[in-house]
Amino acid sequence: MDTSVSPATQTTDTQTAQQAPKVQARKVNVFYGNKQALFDVNLDIPDRSVTSFIGPSGCGKSTFLRCINRMNDTIDICRVEGDILLDGKDVYARDVDPVILRASVGMVFQKPNPFPKSIFDNVAYGPRIHGLASNPEELSEIVETSLRRAGLWTEVADRLDEPGTGLSGGQQQRLVIARAIAVRPEVILMDEPCSALDPIATARIEELIDDLRNNYCIIMVTHSMAQAARVSQHTAFFHLGKLVEAGPTEQIFTNPNDKRTQDYITGRFG
Amino acid sequence: MAALVVVMLLAWFNGRTKAVASAGAHPSTLHSLPGYSGTYLAIWSVLPAFILLALFGLFGDLLLNLQIRHSLPADIRALPAEQVELFMRNARALAFGGTASETSAALQEAARAYASLSRTSNFVVIGAVILLTIGGFLFARGRIGKNFRARNHVEAVIFGVLVVCSAIAILTTLGIVLSLLTESLRFFSEINTLDFLFGLKWSPQTALRADQVGQSGSFGAVPLFAGTFLITFIAMVVAAPVGLYSAIYLSEYAKPATRRIVKPILEILAGVPTVVYGFFALLTIGPFIRHAAEAVGLSAQTQSALSAGLVMGIMIIPFVSSLSDDVINAVPQALRDGSYAMGATQAETVRNVVFPAALPGIMGALLLAISRAIGETMIVVMAAGQSANLTANPLEPVTTVTVQIVTLLTGDQEFDSAKTLSAFALGLVLFIITLGLNIISLRVVRKYRERYD
Repeated sequence: MDTSVSPATQTTDTQTAQQAPKVQARKVNVFYGNKQALFDVNLDIPDRSVTSFIGPSGCGKSTFLRCINRMNDTIDICRVEGDILLDGKDVYARDVDPVILRASVGMVFQKPNPFPKSIFDNVAYGPRIHGLASNPEELSEIVETSLRRAGLWTEVADRLDEPGTGLSGGQQQRLVIARAIAVRPEVILMDEPCSALDPIATARIEELIDDLRNNYCIIMVTHSMAQAARVSQHTAFFHLGKLVEAGPTEQIFTNPNDKRTQDYITGRFG
Repeated sequence: MAALVVVMLLAWFNGRTKAVASAGAHPSTLHSLPGYSGTYLAIWSVLPAFILLALFGLFGDLLLNLQIRHSLPADIRALPAEQVELFMRNARALAFGGTASETSAALQEAARAYASLSRTSNFVVIGAVILLTIGGFLFARGRIGKNFRARNHVEAVIFGVLVVCSAIAILTTLGIVLSLLTESLRFFSEINTLDFLFGLKWSPQTALRADQVGQSGSFGAVPLFAGTFLITFIAMVVAAPVGLYSAIYLSEYAKPATRRIVKPILEILAGVPTVVYGFFALLTIGPFIRHAAEAVGLSAQTQSALSAGLVMGIMIIPFVSSLSDDVINAVPQALRDGSYAMGATQAETVRNVVFPAALPGIMGALLLAISRAIGETMIVVMAAGQSANLTANPLEPVTTVTVQIVTLLTGDQEFDSAKTLSAFALGLVLFIITLGLNIISLRVVRKYRERYD
C-alpha cells in the first residue's frame, strides 16, 4: 500500500520547489514493548502548509507525530524502525542529536503547559537554552516577535512579568505556541491543540495556525473533522496503526478513495 | 467491666430480636436494619453506666480525699499543708493496706473513716451503675419499633465517639502547652526574661547553701540556641544538597526498577535509632575529625559540633530526599515534555523547569527537616558534648537546648529551683520555634498544592 502524497518532482521551478516534501516517512514501524503501534507508514508532508492527522483514538496518529521530533525517545519501551527524513536527512540517524532536532521541530501539546515562570521567561526559555540572543535587547526582541506572531502581544505586553500560568486556557495555548516559535523552528507539531479549549479560543488558535502556515510546516493531530477541513490543506487518515489514506484535504473529505475513510468522515465509526 | 460486655451482647441480641418481631412478616419494612436496633439498645444499656464508672475512676478518689479532710479534727487541719498531706497519705496506707510511717489514735480514726466511706461509695456507684444499665435498657427497648430510626441514632453516637477521640489529641497538646507555660512563668518570675533570652552565659548550677562558691547560676540561653543553630546549620549543609540530589536522581534519572530498590533503602536510614547514630558519631566520626584536624594543624576534640552536625545531616537525608522525591514526582509530566520539546536536555529541564516548579514543596521538606534537626537530642548528647560554649568554631564542643533540658531534669532534682524550672522555659522557646517552622512549612506546602491540583 503506497499512500505517499505527491512524490517530490525534480524541477528547479520555484513553485514546485516549495512543494517539495519537508518531512518524509519511509516504512515507519513503532513498537511499545511487544505491541506494534504503527505499521509501515509512508507519508510525505509538504512545507508551508497545514497537514492534519485524523483517525479514531488509539490509531497511532499521535505516536507518529511524536516520532517526527523524537519525543518518543523519552519513553523507555518505545522503539522506532524505518526512516523519517527532515529535508532529506534521517532524524533517527546516529549523528543526529535529538536535542538539536527538537529545536527545529517544535511541539505544542493537547493541554497548554506553560512553565511556572513569567510570561517573558516562558517565551525566552528556548532562546536562552540555545543561546539565540547575544544580549538582553535581542532577547526581548525575540520574545516580542514571537508573542506578536502568536497573536498574544497586545494582550500581555503590559504584564510580561506575571506568571504564564495565570493566563486563560486559550491565552496559555497561544503562549505555548509563542514559546515554540521563539526557537525558530521549521516544523511545528501540534497534538490536538484545541481539544482543551472553548470554541472562541479554538477559533483564535485556528486563525493563528492559518497565519503561521506561511512560514512553517505545521502538522496537527485533531479529533475534530470540521477543524481538519477548516484549517488544513492536507489530511492523512490513520486507522488501527495504519495510514489508510492521505491527500489534499478537499479530496479526502469530498471524494475519499478508501471505504474506511468514507465511513469515518461520515461518522459511521470512531 | 466484663459484666458490662455481657450486658452489651445480651442487649444487642435482644434489640435485634425485638426489631425483627416488630416488623412482623415483612422485615424489609423496618426503617433500619435489625442490627442497628441491637447496637442502639446495647449503647443505651452500657454507655451511661460506663461514663459513670469512668467519672468515678477519675474523680472518686479526689472526692473521697476532700470528704475525709473536712472531717479531720481541727488540730490536724491547722497543721501546715505538707503535714496534712503526709497525714492523709498515712491514713490511706492504713486503710488500704500499705506501710504508714507512723501510727496514732487520730490516724487510726481517720483510716477507719476512710475505709468505711470508700466502701459505701463503692456500693453507691455499683448500685447506680446497675440502675443506669437497667434504666437505659428499658428506655431504649421501649423506643425500638418498626419505624424507629435506630440507624440515625447510632450514627450520632459514632459522630460523638469520633469527636471525643480527636478532642483527646487536641486537649493533650493544650495541656502540654499550658504546663510548659505555667512552669515557665514560675521560672520567669525568678529570672529576668531578657536575661534569659539574651544572656550570654549558661551555668544553671545554683547554690544549695549560702556558703557554696562559684555556683551563682546564670541563665543566658544564647549559647544553647547558638549551639542548636550551629549544629542544625551543619546538618542542613549536609542533608539539603545530598537529599535533594538523590531525590532528583530517584525521580528523574533512575529507572523504575532501580527506584523501587533504592528508595526503601534510603528510607531505612530514617528508621535507624538515633542512639545508634550517636555512637557512630562518637566512636567513628569524632575521632576521624580530630585526626583530620590535627593533620592540618588545627586543634579539635572528639566531641564537636561538626561531628554531631555531620551525623545528624546523614540522619535527615531521607526526610529531605523522600519528601522532595514525592514533590518532584508531582510536577506534571506535561511540563517536562514541554521543555524537552523545546530542545532542552534532561539536566536543563530539571534545573529550569522541574526544580522551580517543585521549589515550594522542596522548601517545605527542608523546613520539616530543620525542625527535626532542632528537636534531635541523642546524637548531640553523645557527639557534641554538654559544655555551653558560645562559639562559631565547629571543631569545639557545644551543647543544644534539648541536651540541656535532658541534663537539667534527669537525676535527683527538686522541682522548684530555678535550675529545673529553666528546662521548662527552654522547652517553651524551643516549642515556639519548631511550631513556627512547622506552620511556615505547612503553609508553603499548601500553597504549592493549590497550584497543581
